[in-house]
Amino acid sequence: MSIIDEIPVDILPPRRNRIWAKLRTNTAALFGALIVALFVLIAVAAPILPIPGPAETDWGAIRKAPSMSHWMGTDELGRDLLSRMIWGAQASLLAGVVSVAIALSIGVPLGVLAGYCRGWTDASISRVTEALLAAPFLILAIALAAFLGPSLRNAMIAIGLSAVPIFIRIARGQTLQVLTEDYVESAHAIGLSHRAIIGRYVLPNIVPPLLVQATLTIATAIIAEASLSFLGLGQQPPSPSWGSMLNTAKAFLDQAPWLAMWPGIAIFFVVLGFNLLGDGLRDALDPRNT
Amino acid sequence: MLRFIGRRLLVGLPTVILISIFVFLMQKLLPGDPVLALAGEDRNPEILEFLREKYRLNDPIYVQYFHWMGNALQGDLGMSLRTRQPVLELLGQKLPVTLQLATMALIIAVMIGIPAGIFSAYHKGSWIDWLANIVALSGLSVPNFWLGIMMILLVSVKLGWLPASGYQPFFEDPLQSIRTMLMPAFVLGTGLAATLMRHTRSAMLGVLQSDYVRTARAKGLVEQTVVIKHAMRNALIPIVTVVTLLFGELLAGAVLTEQIFTIPGFGKLVVDAVFNRDYAVVQGIVLCTAITFILMNILADALYRVLNPRMNEQ
Amino acid sequence: MPINKLSLVTAALMLGVSWVHAADLRIGLAEDPDILDPDQSRTFVGRIVYASLCDKLVEITPELEIIPALATSWEWSADGMTLTMKLRDDVTFHDGEPFNAQAVAANIDRSKNLPESRRKSEVKSITGTNVVDEYTIEIMLANPDATIMAQFADRAGMMLSPKATEEMGLDFGAAPVCAGPFSFTERVQQDRIVLTKFADYYRADEINFDSVTFLPITDDTVRLANLRAGDVHIIERLPATNVASVKADDSLKMAQAVSLGYQGLTINLNNSDRAQTPLGMDSKVRQALSLAIDREALNQVVFEGVFAAGNQPFPPTSPWYDATNPIPARDIAAAKALLAEAGAENIEIEVQVSTNPVAGQVVQVVQAMAAEAGIKINIVAKEFATLLSDQSAGAYEVSQIGWSGRVDPDGNIHQFMTCEGGINDSKYCNPAIDDLLNKARTSTDLATRKASYDAARKILVEDMPIIYLYHQTWIWALDDGVSGFTPYPDGMIRLHGVSAE
Repeated sequence: MSIIDEIPVDILPPRRNRIWAKLRTNTAALFGALIVALFVLIAVAAPILPIPGPAETDWGAIRKAPSMSHWMGTDELGRDLLSRMIWGAQASLLAGVVSVAIALSIGVPLGVLAGYCRGWTDASISRVTEALLAAPFLILAIALAAFLGPSLRNAMIAIGLSAVPIFIRIARGQTLQVLTEDYVESAHAIGLSHRAIIGRYVLPNIVPPLLVQATLTIATAIIAEASLSFLGLGQQPPSPSWGSMLNTAKAFLDQAPWLAMWPGIAIFFVVLGFNLLGDGLRDALDPRNT
Repeated sequence: MLRFIGRRLLVGLPTVILISIFVFLMQKLLPGDPVLALAGEDRNPEILEFLREKYRLNDPIYVQYFHWMGNALQGDLGMSLRTRQPVLELLGQKLPVTLQLATMALIIAVMIGIPAGIFSAYHKGSWIDWLANIVALSGLSVPNFWLGIMMILLVSVKLGWLPASGYQPFFEDPLQSIRTMLMPAFVLGTGLAATLMRHTRSAMLGVLQSDYVRTARAKGLVEQTVVIKHAMRNALIPIVTVVTLLFGELLAGAVLTEQIFTIPGFGKLVVDAVFNRDYAVVQGIVLCTAITFILMNILADALYRVLNPRMNEQ
Repeated sequence: MPINKLSLVTAALMLGVSWVHAADLRIGLAEDPDILDPDQSRTFVGRIVYASLCDKLVEITPELEIIPALATSWEWSADGMTLTMKLRDDVTFHDGEPFNAQAVAANIDRSKNLPESRRKSEVKSITGTNVVDEYTIEIMLANPDATIMAQFADRAGMMLSPKATEEMGLDFGAAPVCAGPFSFTERVQQDRIVLTKFADYYRADEINFDSVTFLPITDDTVRLANLRAGDVHIIERLPATNVASVKADDSLKMAQAVSLGYQGLTINLNNSDRAQTPLGMDSKVRQALSLAIDREALNQVVFEGVFAAGNQPFPPTSPWYDATNPIPARDIAAAKALLAEAGAENIEIEVQVSTNPVAGQVVQVVQAMAAEAGIKINIVAKEFATLLSDQSAGAYEVSQIGWSGRVDPDGNIHQFMTCEGGINDSKYCNPAIDDLLNKARTSTDLATRKASYDAARKILVEDMPIIYLYHQTWIWALDDGVSGFTPYPDGMIRLHGVSAE
């Protein structure tokens, strides 16, 4: 009987709580989470807020500066900017989230497959990953736009597809690592099915780095949507998205700088927020930081 | 080592072919064809049909692909349907431009990202960490085209410090060449600085907590020696690989930045070519960038093995 | 104290002195020109380069009158089928070859017979040429053609050195040799086109620059920023919304001219079965849509009133404009009445538009206006190549498209409205219109032509295959030191008499 056995087991709090505690003390991550939550709230609440429609034009109120009747001013066709910013939040956040969802749903299965099966499966998936990485993303985006018409939906598909390789890599790397653990070998030994092994051991262990990467990729996707609108792809008028609003606004920097200010600030903070949150999650989930 | 590189090159070949087929197919399936797209206003049907026949655009897709592939293997990458300039010549004109932009952007990214990563790893959790984080992330949080326009308006128009656009070949006039590329390189570099910072921080953290660093500290070595001699040397390994990979990405062309600053590099060329359905140009560029990317990958892996004596054969 | 190398470099980098000598004129273009061969060229912006590179047989004045250039005089035969032109005797091509009647004959032959020539439809009526003597040439036509002189004022009339065209063939564009004020020096695709002053130009005293550099800068905001930063002297196609701020800027000047072209909505009348819509089948519905649009307001909202509202292929300032058909005021009641008559209240139509933001704004304004008459417009944005392809194939209901305009009125209407017209994407076909338009292009008498166009207008106002919306205004912004610039309605930059300090 050693001293180690005498230590009460409940001194070390369960793993989940430790992660939460670490996150709580990381001010940057909290700041990021706060920003993200705020914008998500606004985006979700868009339909029920008492704001004018985002496509309501008003020829008499073109490019008016912020005032009591239009808190953020109006745009080049007289539409209320506050309303367009709020609805644009929906579009931009969707662009981020849906793209990542697409990337995850394609990338994770492929990555796990590659890591689990090895051999030819791994080799061919790796070749496909490399090919996807080497093919320029914008060509894909333009091609999709030409095929299916430029729209937010097709922009999300293009961005999602171009993010697939990252998730394949992570999923594959983590799967390989998990498979070297002793408990997995024992699981094999006692005859657990492949599905059970993947479901019970692999998936839960690859979630943390995937979560971190997903958060960071949402940020990249929001910027990518803005970049696509510069080329005339992405969200089409009259529907708003911060990216397309920023793109139109650059033509009016002299006359109406507020047109660019709001979407620019919003993109900056949302992307910063997701990045801080992602970095915070990575620090919290890093097993070295005990 | 040679065998490793050789094997990777061999393996990279099917990837390149895969990409070329994929991109070719994609272009051919797009609605519209170059003859109409490039016809602009003068789109008289008779001449359009003549041109389609001449450029074999009515042939089945696989025939067109093999025709292209056959020529490519002999060094003839076709010509731009827009200006009849040979694609190889075009690539030759644009490659140095993209190379210079990529190099300058990478230098700036390294100058910002690595020190930021080292500082934030060393002072983990303190306000320095916070600050370095925010600084590095700012470059990521603004769309490139936006940052570019803001910089032009401030630096060129208001202050008149740097030219707003244009390109000067490096060997003709190095100073002017750097001046024209400084802003676009900055815009690109700040975007990459964050990624570099993250990896540096991660690598440094791993190394600072490792056994040999603890040993060095226990031995009573001066802190600076610990950091520079022991920690960084090992942290550099993953950093070098990341830098190599980023360079490969940069070479694919920074479309929006090139568009804004009117830098005649790959990015701008390829986007215009896709919009104009200028097949040969797109194929040529994608081939070029794919090969470069794969070469960079191989280089990164090779460097990793060279620098890390403990790397095992997989 | 030793000067630190770093501070030297920094100082050098900070010296924002742009080396813009007055000897080199730098012009910012809105796009990169395509191949620099007038016979193969298809873009508007290419013509801007030609204005300095390749002189033509005849030129135009800002009032669109045809004046001598490389040709000194011309006369028509009695039956209008032979054109005799006398040429200048003091002109040499950039490669030293003499300009003479043989050169003109070779050029016309190339425009007509080169398989890749885009000018074929423009010189279709020419059957042959006859070199009378060294500086006199006869051009024979298959039928009287009023448009020929105007074609000679554009790319079909640009004279290329026969030696160069023979040597280079289709690759003439890589190093063009013409007879204009500047000769070709260098071109880097998407970067610059550099031309150098041609010493033996016959009007060399009117040219005040040693070289001209054309810089394609596609983004409007960046192009203006370049001008403001002093990196270019002149920019073309300044967006209408920047006019106010350029006017307020003392270091810049502005010049503008209403263009020869138009922008409108082309309606699919008979091009594939997408034309089976109330709009495509009933002219009353089209008239209703036209009445629902307030063109002046559109001009005001999107272009701050700088452009010109329009309802015909020619702008209201053009001598060809039919004054008996002025721009209609908006009339929602009449529009609704017409729709009721046609049994088409509350219809939905699809309008395709390019991804260009300005075009998008125009269509959004039209969408809002039409909604009040009960016409719901669904906007479908398409990437430009797809847009053109769909339009050609008839895969559209309404397409927002324009035309950059030609000096001769025929160029703005014939190929769009005649049954076999080359760019008749709406597939509008009315034999009466064919007769009138063909008559207009064969008569050289202005009054007869105008009468034909006016008569055609009466029919087209009813049938309305194209709803014209506005006419672009070409706007140039120049550095304050540039003087002598004359705006032309064809959008070209002519450098004769222009100087910069």
